[in-house]
Amino acid sequence: MSEEHVIIIGNGISGITLARHIRKLSDKKITVISNETEHFFSRTALMYIYMGHMKFEHTKPYEDWFWEKNKISLKKGYVQSIDTTSKSLVFQNNEILEYDKLIMATGSKPNKFGWPGENLNGVQGLYHLQDLTTLEKYAANNQVCERAVVVGGGLIGIELVEMLISRNIPVTFLVREKSFWGSVLPSLESEMLNRHIKDHHVDLRLGVNLKEIKGDQNGAVRSIVIKETNEEIACNLVGLTAGVSPNIEFVTSSDIATNRGILVNRFLETNVPDVYAIGDCAEQQEPIGKRKAIEAVWYTGRMMGETLAHTICGNRTAYNPGHWFNSAKFLDIEYQTYGWVNPAPLEKNRHFHWMHQDQSKCITIEYNQSTGEVNGINTFGIRLRHEVFHQWLTEKQDIDFVLKNLGKANFDPEFYARYEGDILEKYNLDLASV
Amino acid sequence: MENLQNTSMSLARPDTQKLSAKLKWALAFGSSGLFILLLAMFNTPLANHGVLLAASLSLISVGVVLYANELYLKKSEGIKNDGVWFNALSSRGARGWVVGVVLTMFYVVLYFYPHLLGLGAHGAKNTGLIALFDPLSHLLSGGDASQWFVYGTLYTLAILLFGFKFMLKYRGNRYQQLRTLSVMFFQFGFAFLIPELMAGLNSTSNLPYYDLKNMWPLNYYNFEQYRVDGFISAGNMGMAFLIFGIVSIFVISPFLTYKYGKRWYCSWVCGCGGLAETAGDPFRHLSSKTLASWKIERWLIHLVLVFVVLMTTAVVSTYLETDSSKYWLTKDVFLVLVGLLLTTGFTLTMVFKRKELGQDARYGAVGFFILIMSLLGIHYSSGGQLFFIDAETLRSLYGLLIGAIFSGVVGVGMYPILGSRVWCRFGCPMAAVLGFQQRMFSKFRITTNGGQCISCGNCSTYCEMGIDVRAYAQKGENIVRSSCVGCGVCAAVCPRGVLKLENGSLEGRVNSPEVMLGNNMGKSTNLD
Repeated sequence: MSEEHVIIIGNGISGITLARHIRKLSDKKITVISNETEHFFSRTALMYIYMGHMKFEHTKPYEDWFWEKNKISLKKGYVQSIDTTSKSLVFQNNEILEYDKLIMATGSKPNKFGWPGENLNGVQGLYHLQDLTTLEKYAANNQVCERAVVVGGGLIGIELVEMLISRNIPVTFLVREKSFWGSVLPSLESEMLNRHIKDHHVDLRLGVNLKEIKGDQNGAVRSIVIKETNEEIACNLVGLTAGVSPNIEFVTSSDIATNRGILVNRFLETNVPDVYAIGDCAEQQEPIGKRKAIEAVWYTGRMMGETLAHTICGNRTAYNPGHWFNSAKFLDIEYQTYGWVNPAPLEKNRHFHWMHQDQSKCITIEYNQSTGEVNGINTFGIRLRHEVFHQWLTEKQDIDFVLKNLGKANFDPEFYARYEGDILEKYNLDLASV
Repeated sequence: MENLQNTSMSLARPDTQKLSAKLKWALAFGSSGLFILLLAMFNTPLANHGVLLAASLSLISVGVVLYANELYLKKSEGIKNDGVWFNALSSRGARGWVVGVVLTMFYVVLYFYPHLLGLGAHGAKNTGLIALFDPLSHLLSGGDASQWFVYGTLYTLAILLFGFKFMLKYRGNRYQQLRTLSVMFFQFGFAFLIPELMAGLNSTSNLPYYDLKNMWPLNYYNFEQYRVDGFISAGNMGMAFLIFGIVSIFVISPFLTYKYGKRWYCSWVCGCGGLAETAGDPFRHLSSKTLASWKIERWLIHLVLVFVVLMTTAVVSTYLETDSSKYWLTKDVFLVLVGLLLTTGFTLTMVFKRKELGQDARYGAVGFFILIMSLLGIHYSSGGQLFFIDAETLRSLYGLLIGAIFSGVVGVGMYPILGSRVWCRFGCPMAAVLGFQQRMFSKFRITTNGGQCISCGNCSTYCEMGIDVRAYAQKGENIVRSSCVGCGVCAAVCPRGVLKLENGSLEGRVNSPEVMLGNNMGKSTNLD
């Protein structure tokens, strides 16, 4: 019997992790389809190419010979439609490919909200490799681009800001919330980041929305208008970074059930047998714990790929992410989080804050008022050990224990100043004043 | 993306960065200082060497310090790699090639044609560049300068000045600052000042020029006859130096490597490492990260190690007596000791660490071991010439191929083409010894932080030793590699706090998790 043909649409972190793990576990025939690049690259590193820290080749985690050696065939092409009855894919060039098992790992696309002018030249998101090409065209330097406007105060937004200022391009940053990433971070942290962003000479506008984008006679961006004030800001580039949503256009015409994303159960199975979805494009029918139904996070894509490989190879395994964690970098300040810290403490919870006097390091711990059990921790400018916090959250440790043992979780480089003593002192002061 | 690659040599290059007034002054000072050296090099008749040398070195220093201040102090602390791959100097562009070729040529002249720099032959007075350095040499050791004194002075100055620049570049990172201070200290004190002063104080004794931190086998000539004779004839001090030389390679370095990894030497003490980390820093990302380079590296560096062991054994055995009544350490005793030492090391590794060696490493180890032992055996049974080649020929071949061409001409000359640690990675036998110890029995590792890696590749790109750090980090595996010099730059450039250099317990040092941390696959599914 010939081996089953597994087709994976999408060569991002989810699809590639899946392919690698299927290869570890079996001899199945694997084809990975992508329309973006021939080889897997790390999307998270796009910013570093524009900033000149890396070249595109450095963003590829595997050398080009890797795929052939591991018998993972790569196919560049654009899938137009899926016929689940005949178990086949139709490509844009009418080519047809049959599958035994099909996995959607098609990722996301940047959100657009129907703003007037959003399709002008010089208006773009930051997601695909192709976005770098247009960015080089419209924002190569501060002569080509005298000002850029970035719309959307999330993680991609701040990355685009960092990129543009690395080339000395003046940036106006429009953030809908009253404070940067205020829908996620407690206000003290978010305000610290506001100051940090302004320290980098970014024209940060809080609590404002984009009304429209105006073009010139050549169809290129000329300016934007702010809804609240009607202020017009001249610019040559508009970065739209107001989140992403699942990239599933070609799926909606098939009989695979979708909502905002492709609907899957805990086994990452869709409603159609032998069809699965993983990564950014998958939407859990029932959200897992406090996680969102659609998680556009690098490591969840990797975990879904890791998990689904077992199911594909005959050992049906549920997707079971552990404690929430994440990390990011806001210009020069690193951020890590383990467990859940809400912007304002949930009922029965309390926040403990500590901030260093230099305003570039702080931590917040959310914990239960009566039991002391730690819900989660945010740190800025201090690295923590994932393994230790994973264990403490599993053991449901209380805040006294966590603060007394915080040193064990420190992951900063050797010889860095340590703040556990200061932090504990602040906690005791807080307790005394309650 | 092409429009930012500044490879054009046009004077009217449209995208030239605007220079601030301070940067212009800095460049003016620095180039005037260099110009004095150039004038001397072209043998221009110059008076007042002392004043001119002082002026030249001061101008260069002021230039570099001003430039670094202006470049980094205006910016916030943080990673400073913007535009590294757009700059023609640091991305193998036209300027990179020019600097690479000029440096290489300088080394060729230095090693093979020192008279072109003005070295006076057969007791004649120095001229040119070397004569310019005579006053400084008189001040320190009392003697005239040699090409090595000129080189040593410039080398030390480069480590000090570019070390200063490096400390500003990484001013938010105390690990980087401390280890840079450390290489600056060891270069200035141990490699430059102390040996020169000792030479001045001991003009009557035979104590050889000795940089105490430069141990065998990096210092491949340390146990040659003229040096050993010198040590012995210089009394207690000389004997202490000789014993220190032996103890440092067999006792001190294994102990420190066990505790801290080979970084204690390679990126905190060593002069070659010191130059690579300071003047070579702008080129660190040019090291090749391919699997093919790794394979070449492992064979090449161990071949050099075998070469230096054979060469040293041959050289030492030629001057030892055969008559045991004169001195206990005869040629035969020495060869037996070498054989015993190698057999012990080989046996211990094969018994305890077999599983940690790759198949090719096992073949290599067995092959090299059989080669050395049979050469010793043949000599012992037949009494012919050791290793079939005259020891002196072996020594001069090593000096030429490895000491001059590999470590100098290619090792430093090719900084802008091959990256800053070519010698350390592919050639240095000291790095091979320390790397073996680091891989087999050290507490050092780079820990990766659970599931936080986003595979961006900054760590791999900026690894000067060409280690694909990301390949480990994205699997949640610790990095335990013989080549890692522990510079810590991977951890510094990681945007997500994934990497940490640390000395921990030997247990679980080399880990290979089945499932990445954060994924509870297969565990109960009722987490909230």
